[in-house]
Amino acid sequence: MWRYLIPVLLFAGLVAFFARGLQLDPSYVPSPLIGKPIPEFTLPTLADPNVSLSDRDLRGELSLLNVWATWCVGCRQEHGYLVELAAQSGLPIYGLNWKDDTDAARRWLQQLGDPYRVTAVDADGRIAIDFGVYGAPETFLVDADGTILFKHLSPLTAEVWQREFLPRIAQAAGQ
Amino acid sequence: MIPELGQFALVLAVGLCLIQGVLPLWGAAVRNADWVAVARPAAAGQFVFVAIAFAILMQAFLSNDFSVAYVARNSNTALPTMYKVAAVWGAHEGSLLLWSLVLAGWTVAVAVGSRGLPEIFAARVLGVLGLISAGILLFTVATSNPFERLPVPPLDGNDLNPLLQDPALAIHPPMLYIGYVGFAVAFAFAVAALLAGRLDREWARWTRPWTTWAWMFLTMGIALGSWWAYYELGWGGWWFWDPVENASFMPWLLGTALIHSLAVTEKRGLFKSWTLLLAIGTFSLSLLGTFLVRSGVLVSVHAFAADPARGVFILMLLGSITGTALVLYAVRARNMVAEGGFHAVSREVALLLNNVFLVGATAAVLFGTLYPLFLDALGAGKISVGPPFFEIVFLIPMLPLLFLLGLGMHTAWRTMQATTLLRMVRIPALVAVLVGLIVPWLWFDRLSVLSAVGIVSGCWVVAASLRDPIALWRSQRRLPRGQWGMIVAHCGLGLFVLGVTVTSAYNIEIDESIRPGESLEIGSYELGFRGLRNVEGPNYRAVEGEFELRRDGTLVTVLAPQKRVYNVQTSPMTEASIDSAWSRDVFVALGDSLGDGAWSVRLQYKPMIRFIWFGALVMALGGLLATTDRRYRNATAPKPSPATDTLEDAA
Amino acid sequence: MTPRRQRMIVIGLVLAGVAVAVLLASAAFQESVNYFRTPTQVASGDVPATRSIRLGGMVADDSVARDPGSLTVRFTVTDYANNVDVVYTGVLPDLFREGQGVVTRGRLGADGVFEAEEVLAKHDENYMPPEVKEALANAKKAQ
Repeated sequence: MWRYLIPVLLFAGLVAFFARGLQLDPSYVPSPLIGKPIPEFTLPTLADPNVSLSDRDLRGELSLLNVWATWCVGCRQEHGYLVELAAQSGLPIYGLNWKDDTDAARRWLQQLGDPYRVTAVDADGRIAIDFGVYGAPETFLVDADGTILFKHLSPLTAEVWQREFLPRIAQAAGQ
Repeated sequence: MIPELGQFALVLAVGLCLIQGVLPLWGAAVRNADWVAVARPAAAGQFVFVAIAFAILMQAFLSNDFSVAYVARNSNTALPTMYKVAAVWGAHEGSLLLWSLVLAGWTVAVAVGSRGLPEIFAARVLGVLGLISAGILLFTVATSNPFERLPVPPLDGNDLNPLLQDPALAIHPPMLYIGYVGFAVAFAFAVAALLAGRLDREWARWTRPWTTWAWMFLTMGIALGSWWAYYELGWGGWWFWDPVENASFMPWLLGTALIHSLAVTEKRGLFKSWTLLLAIGTFSLSLLGTFLVRSGVLVSVHAFAADPARGVFILMLLGSITGTALVLYAVRARNMVAEGGFHAVSREVALLLNNVFLVGATAAVLFGTLYPLFLDALGAGKISVGPPFFEIVFLIPMLPLLFLLGLGMHTAWRTMQATTLLRMVRIPALVAVLVGLIVPWLWFDRLSVLSAVGIVSGCWVVAASLRDPIALWRSQRRLPRGQWGMIVAHCGLGLFVLGVTVTSAYNIEIDESIRPGESLEIGSYELGFRGLRNVEGPNYRAVEGEFELRRDGTLVTVLAPQKRVYNVQTSPMTEASIDSAWSRDVFVALGDSLGDGAWSVRLQYKPMIRFIWFGALVMALGGLLATTDRRYRNATAPKPSPATDTLEDAA
Repeated sequence: MTPRRQRMIVIGLVLAGVAVAVLLASAAFQESVNYFRTPTQVASGDVPATRSIRLGGMVADDSVARDPGSLTVRFTVTDYANNVDVVYTGVLPDLFREGQGVVTRGRLGADGVFEAEEVLAKHDENYMPPEVKEALANAKKAQ
């Protein structure tokens, strides 16, 4: 009576396809930028629009690049940790203020503390596209030679820092 | 502290679900009455804890507790209270909690309603429901905790997606969930029958009302969603064959087949393994819908944000629930022996064909929904399958289905003379052809082949449904409520078909630019643009157009479509303005300012579009009548006496 | 008619019905499948000639122009590697704006201008349609 097996076999095929489909999910694939140099950019800074930050400024030492905006709840969530991290680790954190209201962004940093060495303003989101930004917050780990070592897609927490960032930093420092 | 209690309640509920799942099933297998008796208290307990968690989340919304991340993302102090309540299920985490609550509610209903059933059987049903609940709750706790806190709470929240700030959409998800989660009960009954290794007519009689209840809610949920899409999102369309819509429509189609096949199993002891397969399939399509919507594998206007971890989890859940049931089916279904054969002209054959066409339609919709995904998985490029495909493949099985429906309603069980059947439907057929051809021709002056076929089919279904009530009214006999249910539901289907056909054949749609003082003509109506004004809502600002709708010079009404900008999310939203009546809707939506005082507007004239949702509502009412039939009221009631049996046999 | 003959006729009718249904369905399917193309693919001529496609990318900055007083809009869809000019007549969706992701359905005209029948913009402004996302990433990689 093989016919009673037909439904379960069809279903197994379906599940196999879905499993494959899930792996295709674009956010599941590691960013194509990892291991590549950071995209070129020159953007005005938040503190002073006449001063600009470019990708060359990020070279020379290991750093973090954090994409944030005031409308983003996840950014609010990770902000306290970023302030803490900036003070403790001594690692420079660069901000990329994404599609945001500049005044609101300045107020935010005044009220909640400013963990960033410099924040660049990407008002139209063009540079964020070059970085392959999906949504805020995203945090990039950038090597001293400007290579993107790692990208984290949701709010940064102490746990994520321990698990994902520290080993990579240690590895980068060891080389 | 309170949100942590909510999370704690969820964890406790998971524990109770596992107890409710494992002990009674084990107890039923080894015939241990103590373990079997655990099922009901455990079910009640898990419901209480899920309800507590749900209430706590709602309280967090009502009290603007933005320290809860989910609240901060989906609410705002300025959000009207009604939408704060609806925001509880406005996004992923909360809607999963609603899913769990609905399932827990069904479980308790089964626990109470199954008192008359054999203990072992009831324990198995509750056990299966408990395992499903445990899976969904684990999914919620592990990947989508609605009580997650923000270390630094924001001063104000991010606001609910403006699209969802609407009364119909506030109640659409609960209805939809009550519907498709409710098919879990039929699924649990099927698995319990497979575990027992036998299935009798009693089984079908117990399962029927539960299935019909779920179907009824799903019908209303889908209709509400379609109505919402019509005035809020769709620029006047009412169904888009969008993957998320299909996700709820496929369980509806298969659930409809299940209801009909259950009737055969109950009355004649036939189609047993087929009915089991449909019960498994219907709930599996509900789970599949959840998977498609939650995992982000399909791109859709409605889809919730994608998260691969959630996708993997829910796929595993779908795989284990449906997979286990289907393996059990493969092992046990051969034991389900039919209790007899059937003849060519009989109710059995009519319902068999009903099932063939409904399953065919489901398969076509499933294919169209999943095909783009398959191609993508094979790396063969990105495609999308447009509405024309769905419309045609859906019509192919639906037309013969509608034709046979009118005949099938009047067939008798076992066998019947074909000539008797034809004599019964002669008058309805005549009425349908005359009304279907003449009325649209008088009303709209034109008739195409497809619209004629559609209108005649709709009239045919309505007329055939009304034949029995009219005949019985003349002979002063009474019908059991179950049969009224069937008649009303079929009548609703006929009205729905009429609405769909007339709307799509005779609607007028105009995109035009218009300046204040100018007017546009649509059908026999004239729409004058008087001007614009600014209005302020509780949490948005809007530009409102003022349009005078006139017919033959007399003012019908003033329409005021808006273009809203919500304060927090700053996305623009089009609020159409609609003047509706039984015979037609007139729809106006503001497009963009074209400069120079001119605006683009979309104008639509939609004859009989109300029949679409009214028909669906009538179908749901039919379901309600059927479920409240006396013979379901007490599951242990003795079998109906032969006299009532024959009457119901006609049903 | 013998029962056997009767059964053969029924089976034959069912098979014929299924065959007709499958033929109709596959014709409908051919008609309503839309392939997704990026501006780079369009620029390289990878476009089916006879059927409509979906073109996805970003609406280029400063490219949206209206014919005064009419519903005709012209804009450029870009993946920052190549551009395609698009013309559309009708009401644009709420979230259509410059610098946002967009998907349009239509045909490529002989003059190289894409004639859109439908314009879709996703109802969540901070996320891009995944297809557009991927298209942009591919264009980036190719550079």
